[in-house]
Amino acid sequence: MIKFTPFSSKIVQFPIDNIDTDQIIPARFLKTISKDGLGDQLFNDWRYEADGTPKPDFVLNQDWARTRQVLLAGDNFGCGSSREHAPWALTQYGFRAVISTSFADIFKNNALKNSLLPIVVDAETHKRLLGSPKDTEVSIDLAGQTLTLADGSTVKFAVDEFSKYLLLEGVDELGYILQQDPAIRAFEAKRLDSINTLS
Amino acid sequence: MSKPRTIIDKLWDSHVVAEKPGAPALIYIDLHLVHEVTSPQAFAGLRERGLKVRRPDLTFATTDHSTPTTPKTLPIVDPIAAAQVKQLEANAKEFGIPCFGYYSPNQGIVHVIGPENGLTQPGMTVVCGDSHTATHGAFGALAFGIGTSEVEMVLATQCLPQRRSKTFEVRVDGTLKSGVTAKDIILAVCAKIGIGGGTGSVFEYVGSAIRALTIEERMTVCNMSIEAGARAGLIAPDDTTYQYLNGRHFAPQGAAWDSAVARWRSLPTDEGATYDKSVSIDASSLEPMITFGTNPGMGIPISGAVPEPGSIADPIERESLKKALTYMALEAGKPLAGHPIDVVFVGSCTNSRISDLRAAAGVLKGRKVNPRVRVMVVPGSQQVKHQAEAEGLDRIFLDAGAEWREAGCSMCIAMNGDQLSPGQYSVSTSNRNFEGRQGKGGRTFLASPLTAAASAVTGVVTDVRKLAQ
Repeated sequence: MIKFTPFSSKIVQFPIDNIDTDQIIPARFLKTISKDGLGDQLFNDWRYEADGTPKPDFVLNQDWARTRQVLLAGDNFGCGSSREHAPWALTQYGFRAVISTSFADIFKNNALKNSLLPIVVDAETHKRLLGSPKDTEVSIDLAGQTLTLADGSTVKFAVDEFSKYLLLEGVDELGYILQQDPAIRAFEAKRLDSINTLS
Repeated sequence: MSKPRTIIDKLWDSHVVAEKPGAPALIYIDLHLVHEVTSPQAFAGLRERGLKVRRPDLTFATTDHSTPTTPKTLPIVDPIAAAQVKQLEANAKEFGIPCFGYYSPNQGIVHVIGPENGLTQPGMTVVCGDSHTATHGAFGALAFGIGTSEVEMVLATQCLPQRRSKTFEVRVDGTLKSGVTAKDIILAVCAKIGIGGGTGSVFEYVGSAIRALTIEERMTVCNMSIEAGARAGLIAPDDTTYQYLNGRHFAPQGAAWDSAVARWRSLPTDEGATYDKSVSIDASSLEPMITFGTNPGMGIPISGAVPEPGSIADPIERESLKKALTYMALEAGKPLAGHPIDVVFVGSCTNSRISDLRAAAGVLKGRKVNPRVRVMVVPGSQQVKHQAEAEGLDRIFLDAGAEWREAGCSMCIAMNGDQLSPGQYSVSTSNRNFEGRQGKGGRTFLASPLTAAASAVTGVVTDVRKLAQ
């Protein structure tokens, strides 16, 4: 995993509540056995006409949106399925952070494992961001846990200590768990198995 | 005396492998279910790292999401789906995991085959790369969906770093009226607390109405916990649970069974234990429920009217409702009953078990489906299919003019070619009515198997209690 460094970016406003993972990446694109090629299908059903041509008025089809790394979404972003294809598609499009007033649990977990930072802000900050001009730039500093708005004001955001460490250092979480092998073995030694594989 | 604990606390405490300051707890996973869609990248990761599957004996795979529901004598015609199914079977073979592959007599939806084979047991932690893993909570297991990175972690270590969730008591007391089912209970829960209402929580369903449910009905309730935002939802085990489980293939036998039951009897929540949150629903006041919108929280009693956006104060919420009604092409203030439909889908990990099929068949017996409506009945597993055929349910469906298909997820997720056309309406016994969930441009009304079958007969959204005798 790459180290998560501070960055500044203009935001893409997408103020819809309960954006579910079926919108982020529709299920028919989940037949792949790789992680590649999902960025082009991000928000497919909202983004393209039936014949595959991009919808001219959809936000992610605007030239100015293509270089932006921050998505400002409505409440409960990423609800629905457990597909990790959702953060894969978002990061492949170029997003490094999503700002919302809340995230669905599984999506949040999946995002953190893919260097996509879910930033929860209060309703007031969310409103301020939504009310700001289209070209508003924000700065995100994970080490300081700060989101700096265009007017220079700074908002703190919460992130659990462990995820922050993994993201900042680019540490492989599976590698960390593998180091716990003695504890896992000790647990297994006293664990009772109830799956009967003998019959 | 120790502090009274909920079953959720007990399950957590008994699975903590390690807990270090500054890191989430490492918890042990007793059962890992794997399917073709969310696992290929995880197996690829193991291969890249040169890792094995730590506990192939606690890992079981099946194919369900991208598999066709056409006769097995036909090939899988979609080459991408065929490659994905083949990849799972190859991965299972390479890593030594038991696999109920496409042609196995035990193939089926991952959340149907776990319970029916006795793999899902009380007191377990169960994970799967699928958000409806909460289904297994019906047995008093802590069961939740995970992403592909986590699938790889569990394959490699049988453990997951986890943070303790909040405990959320969902109390359902009273007696269900005739025509009202477990599906209506959970749709009412989703409507009451909303699609994000349970975020960060594990539900424990309690109360007399929950106790009265069969194990299959409990699975329907737990299955949709995620549709109210909760990663897991469970029901404490009782004699209903043990009666269902006893004698199933992978359940303990003989003395091992007796000692397992003795252990499981200590799982229910202690008297005096408290929850972080609570909500209460009166089962006796429930009607059959149906969704009108584009998330499972947008549900109403079947005699109700589609809500008016004007009545909602919050501007973003109001816009969301307007957007949903535009997508669904529904008029606010109008009843949903009587709305024409094009397709009925009976199936999915929510409602594809033998009792669901019996319920639908009970309505369709001696009746014909409306000729305008395509009715698909998709059993949850090969075992369910054979049981239904032994009972003659397939004949009832076919005689009524419905399709009787092979087992799989089918039109719940519309990955396998079973899908709505743009603009079509379905009454579906599945769990999600998101935009395009059942096919791009398709519109879904979620309901129980009884409501689905009644609507199949009339061709419009129908209250089963009003279907002419």
